[in-house]
Amino acid sequence: MADLKDRGTVKVVNGQYKFKGNFHYIYPNSPIRGEAGELMGVTNPRDLTHVHMYGGEAPFFESLSKGKLLGTRCDNPKCEHTGMVHVPFKIHCPDCLKRNTIVDITEKAKKSAIVHTFMVTERTGAFNTLKKPIRFINIEFEGVSTILMSYLPVGEPKIGMQVLPIFQTKNPTFTILDLAWVPVGTDKSELPEGFTFS
Amino acid sequence: MITFSERQLKIPKMSKPVYLVTGGMSKFGRAIPEKRTEELVIDAFTEAAEFIGKTPAELKKFIHSCYYGHFADHFGDQLLGESVIHDRLGLDPLGNIGIKTGGATGGSTIWEAFKAVASGYSDCVLAMGWERMDEVPTDEGNNYISCAADKDWETPLGHIYTGYYAVMAQKYWQVFGKSEASFRETMAKIAVKNRGYARMNPHAHGPMDITVKDVLNSPIVAYPLRALDCCLMSVGAAGVILADEKTAYELTDTPLLLYTSAGSHTLRVADRRNMEIPLLPNESPDLYKDLGKRFPGGDRYPGFTGFLAARMAAYYAYRMAGVNDPNEDFDLVELHDAFTISDIQSYEDLGIRPYGEGRTYVESGDCYHTNPHTGKPGKLPSNLSGGLLGCMHAVGATGIMQTIEIAQHIWGRWAEMHGDQKKWDAFGREKPKDWTDLQVKGAKRGLAISHAGVGSHVTATILVHPDHQLERRF
Repeated sequence: MADLKDRGTVKVVNGQYKFKGNFHYIYPNSPIRGEAGELMGVTNPRDLTHVHMYGGEAPFFESLSKGKLLGTRCDNPKCEHTGMVHVPFKIHCPDCLKRNTIVDITEKAKKSAIVHTFMVTERTGAFNTLKKPIRFINIEFEGVSTILMSYLPVGEPKIGMQVLPIFQTKNPTFTILDLAWVPVGTDKSELPEGFTFS
Repeated sequence: MITFSERQLKIPKMSKPVYLVTGGMSKFGRAIPEKRTEELVIDAFTEAAEFIGKTPAELKKFIHSCYYGHFADHFGDQLLGESVIHDRLGLDPLGNIGIKTGGATGGSTIWEAFKAVASGYSDCVLAMGWERMDEVPTDEGNNYISCAADKDWETPLGHIYTGYYAVMAQKYWQVFGKSEASFRETMAKIAVKNRGYARMNPHAHGPMDITVKDVLNSPIVAYPLRALDCCLMSVGAAGVILADEKTAYELTDTPLLLYTSAGSHTLRVADRRNMEIPLLPNESPDLYKDLGKRFPGGDRYPGFTGFLAARMAAYYAYRMAGVNDPNEDFDLVELHDAFTISDIQSYEDLGIRPYGEGRTYVESGDCYHTNPHTGKPGKLPSNLSGGLLGCMHAVGATGIMQTIEIAQHIWGRWAEMHGDQKKWDAFGREKPKDWTDLQVKGAKRGLAISHAGVGSHVTATILVHPDHQLERRF
């Protein structure tokens, strides 16, 4: 059996993937038997690593690790909805399909983000890494046409409450989990490990 | 899209009418380890053939092309599983295609099959759907289902789809339910009703004789949704045969007219932009003028409280079939009760009640087989199959199962297909001593809704007895 320490990493060089290490590990299968010992099936174990590219969304995920929240705006003067700001970040305007302009909405979020709705769960699917109970919140911003989904690791959510963005700037995961929110007034000592206000 | 062109709102036209000839289902279960998927599919196909007095081999001779609904390849760990099934049904070398639209896969499969007949491409087609959700543990299954959300922006948030619905439940409860405990009880009544009806259905694997209190005391999955507010995870298959008029009457004396439409909306609820409500035939422009005044926060449409995809599917389908008012023109409906909250949301999207007033469909007793307040037949019974809460949610089969259930009422054969002791015995299930015939007497028309994601895809399938067609005024 391969050593899991050799798990694969990837770089892109000259437009090509450069794979290093192991991207899959092979394990023996085992029979599935019924109460009388009869064969009914087999297990199919596997351990594999997918590669996933962010493309034009990469600046968004990179910016979280630097304490910045990015959105996008359609600046096409001929678009039916020119000036519309999207968070989640949309690479292209969904109306005219022109490439959007990236805009920094960190300050706007700090001043105007409120909880549109929320939920609290103790249950998760496999591969969850968030601490339970998880409090999902959906956030409205002033001047933004969409309502971002995220989570609240500190405090109890309430519709209409004002929240501030926090960012996993230490040991970032470069995923959406690097962005979270806390109630206005939260002290930096209360933030989850690795998170900062900017 | 937040505005429409006239072309986009064109009511779909068929080159020829399409008929539902027959349909059949397998047993549904949380796990069916003793059978391969193909065995379940053949069970469903055989039931469909025998329903019209044919052998499977005889029925196969009529089929010209095949449409297969199977959503989650991950679960079965078999890409191109449709091809495996097609081969085992012995329908090679006929053309076939796989259809995947999440929870709406069953309805979308009928939509594709419908278009094949309506266009004249095929005179007779098979639409078969299935799902195999028992080959991973439940938490891995929940992760796979959450992969149908946006993998970068949503899935990492808990890897649990129920959570993505729970935020809608919270918003709806606070805005349209005005945070009242009575609204939460109304949600619970849906779970009690549908799981209770499932007791009369030998195919169902979630029958329960429960109370509102049981639902409200069941474990929290994602607050405010509790375990008994949430649908089943299932294994099983369901299939229908559609045909043009000539072929349909060669196969049976009692085919039903079928109309299917589809709508969609953003996969991420986060992307839903504010827009005007598209109106159904039974709604006037004034209806929603003061919605935000009556329900503060309720004027952001569709927001987290409505499903635009369902509204659009109804927009097209009602006008295709001549439906003016679903309450008057349908005799029963099968809705996509993935969660009790989404059931209520759907009442409004489908015009059964105006936006904001969905709860009254339950509270009035109209949605019951027998209205609990009057003891008389419910005005528009819903989910007599048990729905996704009580019967099953074998994703690729769900919308097809619900269409078959509606048809069996219109054919007047519901009791035959649900009350036969031999079927209960064959499925290894005990027929309740208080088994009740839920046949909707005199049913002529019905609606089946198939719904995906948090409203990313929705299909509306309308069945009409040919002697009771509605005037198409649109």
